[in-house]
Amino acid sequence: MRALDLDYMLGLLPILLKYLPLTLGMASVSMILALILASLFAIIRVVRFPVLDAITRLFISFFRGTPLLVQLFLFYYGLPQLFSFLTAIDGVSAAIIGLTLHFSAYMAESIRAAILGVDRSQWEAAKSIGMSTGQMMRRIILPQAARVAAPTLINYFIDLIKSTSLAFTLGVTELMGAAQKEAAGSFLYFETFIVVAVIYWAVVESLAFVQTQIENRLSKAVSR
Amino acid sequence: MIQIRGLTKIYNGVPVLNGIDLDIKKGERIAIIGPSGTGKSTLLRCLNFLETPEEGEYVLDGKSIDVRKANAAQIKEMRLRTAFVFQNYALFANKTARENIAEGLITVRGEAKETAFERADEILRDIGLADKTDAYPASLSGGQQQRVGIGRAMASNSELMLVDEPTSALDPEWVDEVLQLLTRVAQAHQTMLIVTHEMAFAKEIADRVLFMEGGRIVEQGPPEKIFTSPDDPRTRSFLRKVL
Repeated sequence: MRALDLDYMLGLLPILLKYLPLTLGMASVSMILALILASLFAIIRVVRFPVLDAITRLFISFFRGTPLLVQLFLFYYGLPQLFSFLTAIDGVSAAIIGLTLHFSAYMAESIRAAILGVDRSQWEAAKSIGMSTGQMMRRIILPQAARVAAPTLINYFIDLIKSTSLAFTLGVTELMGAAQKEAAGSFLYFETFIVVAVIYWAVVESLAFVQTQIENRLSKAVSR
Repeated sequence: MIQIRGLTKIYNGVPVLNGIDLDIKKGERIAIIGPSGTGKSTLLRCLNFLETPEEGEYVLDGKSIDVRKANAAQIKEMRLRTAFVFQNYALFANKTARENIAEGLITVRGEAKETAFERADEILRDIGLADKTDAYPASLSGGQQQRVGIGRAMASNSELMLVDEPTSALDPEWVDEVLQLLTRVAQAHQTMLIVTHEMAFAKEIADRVLFMEGGRIVEQGPPEKIFTSPDDPRTRSFLRKVL
């Protein structure tokens, strides 16, 4: 067994960190879009809008039931064959679309469960003072559901950040893609991927810290 | 002020309200008594459209609403004209005492936040909770929560206050403070429909007492009459059990 090349690892760190913004950017954009979409899906399912509900269920079933990698390939390689205007789709956009749709399906179900978990009396009180369904959702139900759903949603965000590494299979040079290239040049695979792993780990750990802060903030309404 | 005609509500094929007719006059305080499961709360809930009745008509200042065909605007009008006080308080858990009282004024009645908060603070002082303006419901006692619930109904200035068993969910130690507040509201001639099991309270504040059983109004009259010499044997039998 040879010793780890620590100098190489230290030198690699700043090179790879340059790609962190792209990784975090893809993750953040996908997360925001997925949250919006998931809230919409959740409301459609809770209110049971006739046709939309069925479509949403099919959508969720498909995106939960198939691997993310398959979905990414479908968007990047498959769709442009069907629709010629999509031939210009770049890897980053395809990854964001894929991640957004995939995670929105999961998050929709957590948000739906959280909405249904809000006590019936809250819905009735909101209705009784004359609120519309939209006002009730925005001002009373969703804020309370958010508190319940927050830990799960942040876990999905963590998963999403790590899943951006799959974008390298679409030719995107993000953190993982950059590492792959570096390793191919130096042949120091172990060192390279340890550095990558540590970067992901550090990002996720700092997010876990933020998670605690958010949960403390959201729980102020129920704590004495 | 509000006339109810032929109000019928059916749950799973069983009629819970069986063609209720009731005229509510402005300033009238009506107490509804009767055994459990006779439709007392359902009547209140139908008036606020928390339940959709199968049949019936509401007449408001001469305008008629067919309950089966009520549209969103009519439902909203009924909700603005009636203020509901819930058995389990149903304060918004994500809002402070002040926000609970101001919420409807801001969101539904379009008042400016500042004026709504001023009004809420005024009400909180009035109901003895001035030190709880920024408290969330979870940090209030049951009695305090119900007082905020009543405050929320007061703030709306609705013509009719619907009060559904306001003390049934309370520990005995909090019952008095809630009944005292409701007595004050009643003495200010707020039109109200109160479902209650507190007979002494009903006797004290009501102009009229309704005895309901089997989804019908069996007997009604002034409290002196209903509580001392009711005509109907069912009323007599019920009162023997509870008094």
